[in-house]
Amino acid sequence: MVLPAESGLTFRGIAASAGYAQGRVFRLETRVSRYERKASPALEVAALETAIETASGRLADLASHSSGDAADMLEFQIAMLGDSSLSGPALDAVAAGKAADEAWSAALQAEISGYEAAEDEYFRARAADLKDIRQQVLDVLVSAGSRDAPAGAILVGDDIAPTRFLATDWSQGGGIALTAGSSASHVAMLARSRGVPMVVGLGPVPVDFDGVALLDAEHGSLLLGAEGEAVELFRTSADAFLASRRSAQAHLHKPAVTADGTPVTMLVNVADPQDVDAIDIATCDGVGLMRTEFLFGKASGLPDEENQYRAYRRVLEWAAGKPVTIRTVDAGGDKPVAGFTVEETNPFLGLRGIRLALARPDVFRIQIRALLRAAVHGNLKVMFPMVAVADEYQRARAMFAEEAARLGDSGVASAMPPLGIMVEVPSVAVAPELFADAAFFSIGSNDLTQYVMAAARDNASVAALNAVTNPAVLRLIAAVARFGRDNGIPVSLCGDAAGDPVAIPHLLKAGLRDLSVVPAQLASAKAAVAAARV
Amino acid sequence: MSATASAKVEITHAVGLHARPSVKFTKLAKTFPAAVEMALAEAGPWIDAKSIVKVMAAKAPKGTTLYLRAEGDGAIEAVEALVALVTRDFDEAGEGEAHVRSA
Repeated sequence: MVLPAESGLTFRGIAASAGYAQGRVFRLETRVSRYERKASPALEVAALETAIETASGRLADLASHSSGDAADMLEFQIAMLGDSSLSGPALDAVAAGKAADEAWSAALQAEISGYEAAEDEYFRARAADLKDIRQQVLDVLVSAGSRDAPAGAILVGDDIAPTRFLATDWSQGGGIALTAGSSASHVAMLARSRGVPMVVGLGPVPVDFDGVALLDAEHGSLLLGAEGEAVELFRTSADAFLASRRSAQAHLHKPAVTADGTPVTMLVNVADPQDVDAIDIATCDGVGLMRTEFLFGKASGLPDEENQYRAYRRVLEWAAGKPVTIRTVDAGGDKPVAGFTVEETNPFLGLRGIRLALARPDVFRIQIRALLRAAVHGNLKVMFPMVAVADEYQRARAMFAEEAARLGDSGVASAMPPLGIMVEVPSVAVAPELFADAAFFSIGSNDLTQYVMAAARDNASVAALNAVTNPAVLRLIAAVARFGRDNGIPVSLCGDAAGDPVAIPHLLKAGLRDLSVVPAQLASAKAAVAAARV
Repeated sequence: MSATASAKVEITHAVGLHARPSVKFTKLAKTFPAAVEMALAEAGPWIDAKSIVKVMAAKAPKGTTLYLRAEGDGAIEAVEALVALVTRDFDEAGEGEAHVRSA
């Protein structure tokens, strides 16, 4: 768009979730705490006492829904928070005139330093618990003054937490404009699946702007204080976008076939069992990726076997015999789970995916049992994330066999699903023959791209490098597809590229015939398939 | 008149006085009106055995000898009960077994 000079300020970024939104700017709190000091030391003491009490209450609530290690950890945190040895020094400092947040941080830092200096590894690891406790109280102190975004607002900030996104009311439209952020972040994925327009990497946006903003998340721009012609142009673009989206909708109920007659299997990605309520099973060929991290990210702690079983069964029954591929827990990286993932300096190259699951058999075996039990209710397939060496696949498969035997001994109904792997670590894509005993391959193009290009998914400054259409990435995808075809191993792709109209022709040319996309992109992906020639 | 009691006991639990045992230990100590203190050496320093923050901060690993002393109502019972808890390995099976059980 060419804009008249007097039409306000334009910021350019990267479209992370296509769409248009017009609404009042709402500034997101940055991660830096914005605790507001109270009028007197007495009020400051009361604020800290209330915050500690509130944090304890939240933990008690979590503990009442938890069991096993999670419950033990929570009980320990509750006991620590309730101990006046911890709060005493902080409250004394506050009474003497210090701010509640500073005094609490300082008191906890003293304890944390003590643990960090411990010789014994177990006690050293408790520093993380103390940091968690510190943060929980700080969160209460800070959020006491924070507001919820009004419905229909454009949320502007450096970045936005997934929990904040989920807590926001998107029913009246609205959008997200981030000065940093990434189109491959977890929040961007959520925005696409909910159809919330989002632009990232806008650079500095004035913090004091308080008016109506126009968010063009098709081309990636934010307009502040626009008037006249600029607004007309924006509306024209928005209308055209909606019209093309509507015409794509016409493809939704048709099978996906390329312009030269090759049928393509179109599956959907599901992040939460509730997602399927909004999807007509007749419009897709099944579920290519059901994530399970959302089950693990709930406030009630790590999920027990029964809750997991019910969630998996619900999706299997909805699919009515069509295949449902469930990915075992893929925590770590940009998807931390309290009580499960560990703090690491380089989490994308650390203990995540199958590595973490194998390191925590107590948690993994519960999921395995839930999956084995759910398998009798439909056409279940199970895949492991972040597999790098064949041994990981074999160990996970052995655990499935062990748990199946135990369930059989106890007379519990269960079935062994086909077990496959995600192809997202370059070691697998380069040498797929080492994994020929896997039942199927599912290419995770988001992680594969970031690892091949050495460009982080959550870093706007290297976003241009993180391109699935780079020849190196496409060549690996083609090699995996060819290996699968030659050896009778089904290969699908479930990353964001599967729903990207620009990437789809390349993926089809690389030999893929199974794509799994977020439900919001199913229609436009089918339209892109229909326009492509292989 | 107030009773006093003291004892020493070796921690044999695999990890030592870690989070879960410390929660049990301090909870039990709090059930007695007597003032209860513990130390890792006979000469002290003595810390409040009812404070999880203090007990954890002692960072007592396996094999540590724990010194206990109590003063006031129920002092004798308090020391007896705490010694028994430590001797029973805090009613916990070994770590490995615990994992199998929770799986």
